[in-house]
Amino acid sequence: MPPPPAIETLHLRKTFGDKTAVNDLTLAVEPGEVFGFLGPNGAGKTTSVKMLLGLIAPSGGEGFLFGAPLGDPDVRSRVGFLPEHFRFHDWLRADEFLALHADLYHMSRQHARQRSAELLDLVGLTPHARKKLREYSKGMLQRIGLAQALLNQPDLVILDEPTSGLDPVGRRLVRDIIRELRQSGTTVFLNSHLLSEVEITCDRVAFIKHGEVIRVSPLHTLVEGELTVEIRARGLTPEIIQGLARWGQNVRADDEHLSLTLASEADLPAINRYLVEQGAKVYALRPQHVSLEDLFIQIVGTDGGL
Amino acid sequence: MNLLIIAHLTFREAARRRILLAALLLGLVFLTVYGLGFHFIMRDIEASIGSTNLITLNEIRNFLLMAGMYVVNFLTAMMTVLTSVDTLSGEIASGTIQTVVAKPIRRWEVLAGKWLGFGIMITLYLLLMGGGVMGLVFLRSGYVAPHPWRALELLWLNALILLSVSLLGGTRLSTLANGVLVFGLFGIAFIGGWIEQIGSFMNNTAASQTALNIGVITSLMLPSEALWKRAAHELQSPLVAALGFSPFASSIYPSLMMILYALLYLGAALLFAIHLFNRRDL
Repeated sequence: MPPPPAIETLHLRKTFGDKTAVNDLTLAVEPGEVFGFLGPNGAGKTTSVKMLLGLIAPSGGEGFLFGAPLGDPDVRSRVGFLPEHFRFHDWLRADEFLALHADLYHMSRQHARQRSAELLDLVGLTPHARKKLREYSKGMLQRIGLAQALLNQPDLVILDEPTSGLDPVGRRLVRDIIRELRQSGTTVFLNSHLLSEVEITCDRVAFIKHGEVIRVSPLHTLVEGELTVEIRARGLTPEIIQGLARWGQNVRADDEHLSLTLASEADLPAINRYLVEQGAKVYALRPQHVSLEDLFIQIVGTDGGL
Repeated sequence: MNLLIIAHLTFREAARRRILLAALLLGLVFLTVYGLGFHFIMRDIEASIGSTNLITLNEIRNFLLMAGMYVVNFLTAMMTVLTSVDTLSGEIASGTIQTVVAKPIRRWEVLAGKWLGFGIMITLYLLLMGGGVMGLVFLRSGYVAPHPWRALELLWLNALILLSVSLLGGTRLSTLANGVLVFGLFGIAFIGGWIEQIGSFMNNTAASQTALNIGVITSLMLPSEALWKRAAHELQSPLVAALGFSPFASSIYPSLMMILYALLYLGAALLFAIHLFNRRDL
């Protein structure tokens, strides 16, 4: 029998009075996946995350973590969570903060000490381990929050905007950690606005708008399905440009620059050969995949879901 | 286990934020002032009426002890509400509670853990202050009130009720609104108790009956003043009890049924707080 999905939701719904925050959330995240959860502000992403963790009770539908119903406290021993607004007991020192959360995971003192030291090192906070959290910067708080989310070596890590307070070095650190988690078979549920990071780290993404999942797809089929090729060449005649239409669409020419959208990267050698045979001098031919940002706007729309 | 972790965290927070230190230092200042006051008052009285007039001296000692315990009751109530009023509502508003509740912990353990942590703190405070007042009176004069432990137990019950109501309000209200609620109830119970006491001094008229009814109704809303009156009854001297007149106690004092009601009130407030917290979106 296959293991149950790490996350499974069926028509999950949440209303606050007259306002529907999540309308119909149906998705499944398989164990070991790095899953991106994308949507504009107010789309219901954080509400969905909170329902997964039992912080908010659903108004309808049902959901499961590793087969256990949402809200089951025992299954949360397999889950790590970094909230979007990382506010912690700021009167604690970082090492005390990790010890507290290790206690809540029922880790032995020795294991907790060892794991805390590893994680403080991982997130670059070892020199600041004995500082109180109120002395931490926003980025440092996010790092220590990430460390507490990984304390119990969870099977599922839910990260709600994990890089919002981080500088580029910190963002790279988070990306590296997510890669390591994937290699170790940990499921990662990543809620992020930073599409470039989702593009680098995720296996699959879901787009959510107005509290509904409007598309779920493996990331590579989304961003590798189409590509734009930028060509710099001299001697481009209208006839040559017209002839390129057999390989792609949206042919645009501007002096010696030309771009067209291709269905497949495999057409590039044939295009290059065609241009040379037609007498054009090709200086550059740069294939560019459609960015996730472009896709996001195509799928979600420019209204931002408002 | 989880309950004890949260209780320890709550207690440690109070210590780290220097709440315990401030309470301890101010408590010691209070006891010093009280002890000095008691000593000098008794010295003057002993000089004027002699130290052999034991009946009168004991009445004065009892009066001063009751005055001290009256302040202890008030300070304990303030300490209870001020320290606990923000613990749930503040952590909910800031989001601090999210990483805690997302752990393998049940919500009732969070609430009960906080209750236990504050409960231990308040117990220590009450023992320091109440025990300090009684101890100073005993050390200076050898006087012991009739039922000191019963009185302390009643003040303790009063503090635990206020703690439970404070946590109950914190599950749904903002810190400010919760403070207004708990102090408002405390104030209503306080004034209701005084109206009842004044009513007890009047002859058995319709007005006095109305005053007594007001006292009963406000005691049902929050039995804090009723518990104080019962504690005062346990502390007061037999002579004052027989005369039925004292600023701190009246001839009509709450029955054991009211104490039973207070215990039920405590349990109900705590269970209702757990129920509301379980259903609260965080």
